[in-house]
Amino acid sequence: MNANEILDREFLEIRAKLLDVAAAFDRLERADGSVESDPRMQLLKTAAKLNATDSDHNLSRAEKMQMLFSRQYDPEWIKSFDLSQRG
Amino acid sequence: MNYIDPHIHMVSRTTDDYETLAKMGCVAMSEPAFWAGFDRGSAESFRDYFNQLTDVEPKRAAQYGIQHFAWLCINAKEAENVELSREVLKLIPEFLDRPNVLGIGEIGLNKNTRNEAIIFQEHMELAVAHDQSVLIHTPHLADKYQGTRMILDMLADHSIDRHRILVDHVEEHTIGAVLDAGYWAGMTLYPVTKCTPSRAVDMIEKFGAERLCVNSAGDWGPSKPTAVPDLILEMRRRGHSEALIQKVVHDNPKEYFSQSKNFSLDR
Repeated sequence: MNANEILDREFLEIRAKLLDVAAAFDRLERADGSVESDPRMQLLKTAAKLNATDSDHNLSRAEKMQMLFSRQYDPEWIKSFDLSQRG
Repeated sequence: MNYIDPHIHMVSRTTDDYETLAKMGCVAMSEPAFWAGFDRGSAESFRDYFNQLTDVEPKRAAQYGIQHFAWLCINAKEAENVELSREVLKLIPEFLDRPNVLGIGEIGLNKNTRNEAIIFQEHMELAVAHDQSVLIHTPHLADKYQGTRMILDMLADHSIDRHRILVDHVEEHTIGAVLDAGYWAGMTLYPVTKCTPSRAVDMIEKFGAERLCVNSAGDWGPSKPTAVPDLILEMRRRGHSEALIQKVVHDNPKEYFSQSKNFSLDR
């Protein structure tokens, strides 16, 4: 499928998904209390902005978003766990 | 189209699900040992579970013309209990010659702890000692990237043929490293926490279909046992050929499973 065909097929579905996210942010803002200082809110706002950025050659938007929500990997983890290499 | 679901937990599903899957074209499935939703109190509970996987479920599936295969292990979550895990590891060899057993799985990491890593390594040693294929669970959500990298580090230490290992539940940020290292990869179509059919087809388009399988991981949680047919439909809607779809949902799992001595496909 070319880009036009994909847009024709998915425009309404993508629109609905974006609206769902917008409504969820509104719901959070409307509710009693505040979660603005919750680190998860910052993650969600950063993720929402990611969709409006251009992709680059190294990482797609989906990969960038996955990494945003991921714990970091420490290449020295085997040493810090005091585990020997085996096999 | 006939298809194989390479990862589904039928002990958690109803007999009606077997009937539905058969109607939708499922001809075979494999069921890795997993967490029951609660921590089991003794190794004997696992003996019963392994009997269920290797005796009860194949009979339930056969009533609907589906071949049922299984993988054995103590899952990553309960592997936090090292003492219990070692008792379970001792049980496994007596089940490896059961006619539907394909290998060791689904081993892996859950919260990426030291105990989980120790038991992962001991499962790998068992697999090598008994010449078994291995099916590997990668962690959920925020733990997936770190855990997958740790698993690849540990696998690199073993002499086992990489084509006999399937690293499951890959997503956009882990699939490349798994395939580049020469392993099979599994994409799990599971609501909220894993992958949708659309994203799975995106990954097939980006990475190609070699060494790539797709599964439902249907279990006791919110999940959809008929998720593989959803992927078939999405591939058709995008105009992919029937040959490519068949490769992903039937021929690939058949090729991977065929490395296990107990595997043969009736149809």
